[in-house]
Amino acid sequence: MSMELDVFVGNTTMMDMNIYQLWLDGLTVNEAVKVRMDEGALLECEANKEVLTSDTMDQFRTFQMCERLLHFPTKLANQLLFQIPSQQQGVLIEKYYEFDCVFARELLGKKLSKGTKKDLDDVSCRTGITLKSCRRQFDNFKRVFKVVEELKGPLEENIQHHFLLTDTLARDYAAIVFFANSRFETGKRKLQYLSFQDFAFCAGQLIRYWTIGAVDSLVEDKDVDLEKEFLHELKDLKVLVNDKDMLDQHKVLVCAALQGKIKVYRLMEANFKNLSRALINLAAKLTHTKDVRDLFIDLVEKFIEPCRYDEWTMAEITLFLTHYTNAAHCLGTFSHQMVWDRYMGVIKSCILQMYHE
Amino acid sequence: MPGKLKAKIVAGRHLPVMDRASDLTDAFVEVKFGNTTFKTDVFPKSLNPQWNSEWFKFEVDDEDLQDEPLQITVLDHDTYSANDAIGKVYIDIDPLLSIEAATRISGWFPIYDTIHGIRGEINVVVKVDLFNDLNCFRQSSCGVKFFCTTSIPRCYRAALVHGFVEELVVNEDPEYQWIDRIRTPRASNEARQRLISLMSGELQRKIGLKVLEMGGNAVVGYLQCFDLEGESGLVVRAIGTACTLDKLSPGTAPNTTTHTNAHPNTAPASNACNSPSKDSKEPVFSEDLPHPFSGPPTPFRTLPSSTSSPPPFSPSKPCSRQSSSSDTDVSLTPKMGMGSGGSAGKETGPLKTLIRQQTQSALEQREFPFFTLTFFPPGFLVHVGGVVSARSVKLLDRIHNPDEPETRDAWWEEIRQEIKSHARALGCHAVVGYSESTSICEEVCILSASGTAAMLNPRFMREGCLDTGGSDHRLSRQPPLVVAGSERNDTEVGSAWLGFEDASPPSCGFCHIPYDEFNMPFPAQLTNCYRCRRQKVPDVLFTTIDLPAEAAVTGKGCLIQARLCRTKKKAQGEVNATAISNLLPFMEYELHTQLMNKLKLRSMNALFGLRIQISVGENMLLGLASATGVYLSALPAPSGIQIAGKTPNDVNYEQHISTMQKRINDTIAKNKELYNIHPPKLFTLDPEAFTGLNTESLEEVVGSPIPDRQRSRLFRSTSESSDDLSELDLSHGKKDAFVLEIDDTDAVEDIQSLLTDAPLPSGFYSCNTEVMPGIHNWTPSLQMFTSVRVYRLSNANLTNHGLNKIFTELCENLLKTLYFKLRSMIPCCLCHVNFTVAAPEEELIQVAVTAVAMSFDKETQQAADKTVKKGSADNEEQLQFSMELPAETSINQPTTRPSGVSESAMVHSSSRDRCSTWLELLRLKAHTIRRGSVKTISSSERCSPLPDGRSRSLRSTRSLPCGAPVSVVKMTPLSFLPATRIVKYLGIINMFFIRETTSLREEGGVSGFLHSFIAEVFAMVRAHVAALGGNAVVSYSMKECVFMENPNKNQAQCLINVSGDAVIFVRESDQEATPPLVTSSTAADGAT
Repeated sequence: MSMELDVFVGNTTMMDMNIYQLWLDGLTVNEAVKVRMDEGALLECEANKEVLTSDTMDQFRTFQMCERLLHFPTKLANQLLFQIPSQQQGVLIEKYYEFDCVFARELLGKKLSKGTKKDLDDVSCRTGITLKSCRRQFDNFKRVFKVVEELKGPLEENIQHHFLLTDTLARDYAAIVFFANSRFETGKRKLQYLSFQDFAFCAGQLIRYWTIGAVDSLVEDKDVDLEKEFLHELKDLKVLVNDKDMLDQHKVLVCAALQGKIKVYRLMEANFKNLSRALINLAAKLTHTKDVRDLFIDLVEKFIEPCRYDEWTMAEITLFLTHYTNAAHCLGTFSHQMVWDRYMGVIKSCILQMYHE
Repeated sequence: MPGKLKAKIVAGRHLPVMDRASDLTDAFVEVKFGNTTFKTDVFPKSLNPQWNSEWFKFEVDDEDLQDEPLQITVLDHDTYSANDAIGKVYIDIDPLLSIEAATRISGWFPIYDTIHGIRGEINVVVKVDLFNDLNCFRQSSCGVKFFCTTSIPRCYRAALVHGFVEELVVNEDPEYQWIDRIRTPRASNEARQRLISLMSGELQRKIGLKVLEMGGNAVVGYLQCFDLEGESGLVVRAIGTACTLDKLSPGTAPNTTTHTNAHPNTAPASNACNSPSKDSKEPVFSEDLPHPFSGPPTPFRTLPSSTSSPPPFSPSKPCSRQSSSSDTDVSLTPKMGMGSGGSAGKETGPLKTLIRQQTQSALEQREFPFFTLTFFPPGFLVHVGGVVSARSVKLLDRIHNPDEPETRDAWWEEIRQEIKSHARALGCHAVVGYSESTSICEEVCILSASGTAAMLNPRFMREGCLDTGGSDHRLSRQPPLVVAGSERNDTEVGSAWLGFEDASPPSCGFCHIPYDEFNMPFPAQLTNCYRCRRQKVPDVLFTTIDLPAEAAVTGKGCLIQARLCRTKKKAQGEVNATAISNLLPFMEYELHTQLMNKLKLRSMNALFGLRIQISVGENMLLGLASATGVYLSALPAPSGIQIAGKTPNDVNYEQHISTMQKRINDTIAKNKELYNIHPPKLFTLDPEAFTGLNTESLEEVVGSPIPDRQRSRLFRSTSESSDDLSELDLSHGKKDAFVLEIDDTDAVEDIQSLLTDAPLPSGFYSCNTEVMPGIHNWTPSLQMFTSVRVYRLSNANLTNHGLNKIFTELCENLLKTLYFKLRSMIPCCLCHVNFTVAAPEEELIQVAVTAVAMSFDKETQQAADKTVKKGSADNEEQLQFSMELPAETSINQPTTRPSGVSESAMVHSSSRDRCSTWLELLRLKAHTIRRGSVKTISSSERCSPLPDGRSRSLRSTRSLPCGAPVSVVKMTPLSFLPATRIVKYLGIINMFFIRETTSLREEGGVSGFLHSFIAEVFAMVRAHVAALGGNAVVSYSMKECVFMENPNKNQAQCLINVSGDAVIFVRESDQEATPPLVTSSTAADGAT
């Protein structure tokens, strides 16, 4: 005797969020049943394995049927097929679009192409996330990317509007889209220590201050690209290192402010020119797409690693960067204050985020 | 020509991509009614087209308005090839034809395709302008209201109950026409859907005409069914109860509300009593006929003859003779009269009946005193005799002339006559809770009818009652035709009926026997009523109706099922029909035995809502009886079950027997606790004395017509004549005279299976009636569901016993799964659990369940329980009062309504925010109720753990291009929604869908296919209700779910028929000035 068909359909679609999570994690029905049994589901309601299997299969099928609606969450609210309480709709969407940071870290900056999708089994092996779950997450990234890619206006709001995600999740997706669009290099060995959240923070900074929407919210433009004009203006900062007087004066100002306040003062004093040159050169290079991609690796190689080598503390870096930025304002001959602040503001917060003691 | 139908196509959304190149669709719409078709413009390149069409106007007869659906087809325009159909929407405009129902239909409808399912949605507005032509009512029956609900609808008052109406129409099934060979499956399915829609429209119109003729204005308890007879055609038939309904004015409405609230369980209930344990065979009839069986429980007297004669076939002879004369079919069996419990079973002379019936005028044919209602106003039922049922096996033949479906009419006529005479044999003049059904396999068809024989209060039926009655419950102003008819026919019954008029005290009257104590239609044990002590009551009562509102019940009820599976040789034609009719009596008998045992095991004495389904398959017969068992306080306590061994000398065996006996006794004791059955001490203490006083035999007298001695069965433990003295001795000696004889392993297993019925998980109750006796405090949270399972029996040569075991396991497992799935609703009750079984193919068993899970409020429940107990007897010390506090209890007026029953409904949604005040409330509780408990979860929507802030932010972002979210439509098989008030009935929903696939695997296999189809059906029902302006469907039922598959070809097909009443309800909390709603709980507080 075998069960040929087994369905349960409620007028209100019932979804168990615990099973939903198992499904999202890419478990098979049998694996999910095992997990549930381990969690003690059998103790409830005098269930047996058969009951549990039937329930799990049914739930999995329901999720599968809902999946195509979840691809376009705005449809979920006004589709007629499933009667789902609106609160639960929110949870369904949110959970569907949640992703594993480890997975997102792997994909950060990669092109969301078919080729990348084919390599997901490697990612799955490395991260221990099931291939099925990897694919879902990848497809989510790609779907969000495709929808907002060509849209005008603020990236995060666009994502929120089309996918009904919470603020935090929408911000993370904005970072993913931003990285995928600009193809920042994140895979290098030296960058491995950085987490997804580190990069997401940086992306947030870049989106907020370096894109065109940053200067003028009224300008309806794509939020995914850095403002060309601004990048061009960054070249003007070169004067800070090219003009010897200015460089010296800058150093004097910074040293005066920091004397006695940081332990690494001596090292800083010795290294000031190198550090300053690193930051300024980085700015000047950003007109080239290739160099934009290398932004993070450059930051690490040229600034963070030397500091770490010298065992700077977080507080010391903060102090240094603050005074380094402010000091430039006191340079009488330096006339690019706006660009300088816009540049250093982001660089400072990125470095602080990326500097792990 | 009195109608103008207007339709407007507004927009579409979520359309499928029809043009692969552009990933878009060029959609336009055809609107068709009758033979007129209009088209909208093509809306190019969009998946969300905005047509905003003009009003398409159809000028049509109201007759057509009733018959035809409005047909809307969405197509994709294609310049070079034929336009592709995206899908269709059929809109039944009948609800617009009644003034009191809906005024317009407007909303989003799923666009449905029989191959692809739902493909997007379309927004349509439909209106009807009816000309007020006085003659209008002559051609059509516009304005007659139809209700699926089997009680008087909530916002109406029955001025008069006219009685039974029935009609059937037949046609050729398009699936079997020659053209089907050359057309696409889609075209074939659509032809079928359209035809059935037309036929049911026609049927409804014809029934409406009959109602108008009778002077009524509504049909209540409308039950429409399809018989897919395959080659021989398609039958659509319906029965119902014609009534004259008055709409209650808003002023009177609160009264009903109060009533509803106070007894949510009054939903449908009627008074009926039956003595299931007795055999209802009538001597007169058994002598008349060659047929030795009257039904499973045949009178004991016939036993000897039944063992010797080849029982079931002999009676078939008269029938086949008769049928050959009519040249249509061979009916091989006499119907079986089944007293499921021992109601009447006997055979009328079919030939004579038939002839008489055929010559009767249309008016006289209405003489069936049948009522499809299952719940009546208090006092309507005087007495209940028992279940009456009849079955008949027929061979299907092509219907030659669809316009004159006499054959099918005659078949039903026969069965109804039989039912009527069964009822009369029980001393009853009416049948309530009446229903009809069929089971078809190839060319064999089993027709079944069943109901509850009853005596109705003449006060409700006669002229002038209105003046004398003065109660709100009076039903009739004029003499209903039905009653007049039966009185004329049978003066004896009529007078008996009058005689009983004053005799019945309100609460236990329906339990009293309607027949003559000294001239009983079957051997039965009578006791003086345990409540009024004056009238006689039977020891057990089986009925098909719901529990009457006034019935006094001890403890709670529970779902009781008897399941049976019998193998049958594969055969053709007459041989097959004979084999089936031979098996039927045994099946009925065994089902009855099972029911009886299970009832006793639960220490209960009455069954309500009994429904016995016998389903025929190619190589087996499936029997499933479901009912709700209760302990009626008026009836005697059931005797226990005793096991008797066959080989008393064997010590081991003896020991085995006694272990078993102990287990049975333990189970009974456990069940008593579980269902809270603690009858008043007065009687429980001295049942012997009490019964002895009445020289009552406690023995179960069950005659068995069954020759099969291998089965364990009920038998009389002592002498066979009912008046024997030895009986008296025995009854003094021991209480348990219900004996199970164990004589072989099968019997042992039978008993074990009796004991292995899985117990209900704690927090759950279940019943197949509208509500569970003893539960009053429903919360508004409910979940209607349908579950379908198909099992394949891998082992081809199973024995009857093996099959039985499998079948029982299937049902038990299904129930278990349901409990598990619904565990988040605990404490909850599964109501109206409706099982249907079928054997669609060889080795396949299909079980479908539709039911509703309703949460109730435990705290107030117990308070109510307590009151009930207090009221009845002060012996409830063992009742557990746990500390409990309802989350929903209103903080607003805790002092005025401390028990929180009504509040639970009112402030439900906001209750969660109030955790902080719980403590305060708890303190308050301490004053009002002795002990209470803290319940931490509100009983509905508990599966949404979304924090408030989050959900708010989600909601704020959900302002979307495609319009507002879909409104919620509740569905329930019950006639009411807890904690709400129905303010308007919008019309009947009766929909038929076919779904087919040629890519079964791709759609997730059979389960995926059926899952999405059922979900689609729900969605379409909801959409139609919402478009009518409603927010719920009550009395919802899935009448038909025919599933066929061919996995090898990757194909499957399914047909589903659903019906219900679209309504608008309002929450009780939205009501102004509701009087103290729950008297019982108030009383509880007072008591403490």
